[in-house]
Amino acid sequence: MGMTMTQKILAKHAGLESVTAGQLIEANLDLVLGNDVTSPVAIKELSKFKNQQVFDKDKIALVMDHFTPNKDIKSAEHCKCVREYADANNITNFFDVGAMGIEHALLPEKGLIVAGETCIGADSHTCTYGALGAFSTGVGSTDMAAGMMTGKAWFKVPSAIKFNIVGEKAAWVSGKDVILHIIGMIGVDGALYKSMEFVGEGIKNLTMDDRFTIANMAIEAGAKNGIFPVDELTEAYMKEHSTKSYTKYEADADAVYDEEYTIDLSTLKPTVAFPHLPENTKTIDEVGDIKIDQVVIGSCTNGRISDMRIAAEIMKGKTVAKGVRVIVIPGTQDVYMQMLKEGLTETFIKAGAVVSTPTCGPCLGGHMGVMAAGERTVSTTNRNFVGRMGHVDSEVYLASPAVAAASAITGKISSPAEV
Amino acid sequence: MKAKGTVHKYGDNVDTDVIIPARYLNSSDPEDLKKHCMEDIDTEFVGRVKQGDIMVANKNFGCGSSREHAPIAIKASGISCVIAETFARIFYRNSINIGLPIIECPEAAKEIAAGDEVEIDFDSGKIYDLTKGTEYQGQAFPPFMQEIISKEGLINYINSKE
Repeated sequence: MGMTMTQKILAKHAGLESVTAGQLIEANLDLVLGNDVTSPVAIKELSKFKNQQVFDKDKIALVMDHFTPNKDIKSAEHCKCVREYADANNITNFFDVGAMGIEHALLPEKGLIVAGETCIGADSHTCTYGALGAFSTGVGSTDMAAGMMTGKAWFKVPSAIKFNIVGEKAAWVSGKDVILHIIGMIGVDGALYKSMEFVGEGIKNLTMDDRFTIANMAIEAGAKNGIFPVDELTEAYMKEHSTKSYTKYEADADAVYDEEYTIDLSTLKPTVAFPHLPENTKTIDEVGDIKIDQVVIGSCTNGRISDMRIAAEIMKGKTVAKGVRVIVIPGTQDVYMQMLKEGLTETFIKAGAVVSTPTCGPCLGGHMGVMAAGERTVSTTNRNFVGRMGHVDSEVYLASPAVAAASAITGKISSPAEV
Repeated sequence: MKAKGTVHKYGDNVDTDVIIPARYLNSSDPEDLKKHCMEDIDTEFVGRVKQGDIMVANKNFGCGSSREHAPIAIKASGISCVIAETFARIFYRNSINIGLPIIECPEAAKEIAAGDEVEIDFDSGKIYDLTKGTEYQGQAFPPFMQEIISKEGLINYINSKE
């Protein structure tokens, strides 16, 4: 029986000829990731190990991104704990304030993960690297600790859902709209325990940033991972960012899928997820009159340079609506520098937005844009659960950078075509 | 291995942001986390829960973030087992890894009500609703998972194998 792309990568890393869905395997890891929220819990677990030697100091990445620059004493203590651990154990890839970015924007940019590799990260959006043709998935702190020590993790081999992408993107449609459309269609548990495998002639019409955004939100459909085939765009990206050698995998022609869907990019519209689940989607022409208090443009989902470019293009020469706070957060220091070079930072500030240092910040109600009761934010982030961005009576509407920027100008959820 | 206690019942898609809101993730101490467990959907849970109680929910329990603080908060509250129709996969791994027993059983998740007295036998996967007098067959843990739970987590389990 043929294997899916994910199954082939897992088989290789488990030293097996083939694997089938449901099989329990132990796979070798190429990268283990943690952040300032999850790493302290892992480090506490690590102290219980008899042997204190990490499996490979070059294959561990620790990124201080969630509550940084530190928002309070407790979060400062967490970062201090990780900093001291990284120093004592000579962890090569420790990213602190000044070098750090939002982990899933940062690691591909630094070339730390490439096609054909396996990665676990103690952060649910670790599935982002599937955009590069890697197997990567989110785990908890204990799995992270075990991975750091042993270089291995156990997995139940997932079955898969196939998404056949066709056509060219309609006006103002981006990767965010593609993934929100899919989650709206299959639900927040539509891919529970499974792989989401994206294939088809339409993939070439999705930029790398579109693919990162789509793979990033695979977890919002419950998936174990989301994965894209490796094409010319992927190879060009990896050559620009990494010196690591990579391996291209393709699903077998006779691979078995639980379900198959066709997504025609030309028929999609800008899409918004209403509170309080990412599956509560409406297309932009269905949203009605939703007044907003705040806009957040950034995050591991949409904090990359193309996201900043499209938002700036829409906001250039315009002014943020009265009563709306607009917070722009570049994903990494390199994105920030590029924004400065291209004049995007100036565009945002002149329009009345604030531009922050990279941080996860408001996405999870940490800092830099927490909401009061009754407030609404249009956000390019990935979750709109109850209380996600502040008070339990506040609301998050998930959208693309284009819709967020348009909404910033009008003060209500708006189509970029309107401004 | 068995668990027995009073049921706290929840619906679909209980996410990790309501199990333990991110505003409390500046601590990883179980004693701090348990003070805020479930507070964004059930402000009375913390005052009501007793040692050994059982949580029952519908589909996709624990969806969202990978924060291990979520099962840690539930376990520290005194909950001895979570029964659900389905669990989100990261939450499932995390619960086993920290030694919180969880069990999938759609029928039990649907029929068991808040306040019922429930007993679970982890060896057989059997769930008994003592209030209703009903019995359900849940998914039994394979031996290695039972060993991880009985050793109070993955790290102790790995150490015991060396």
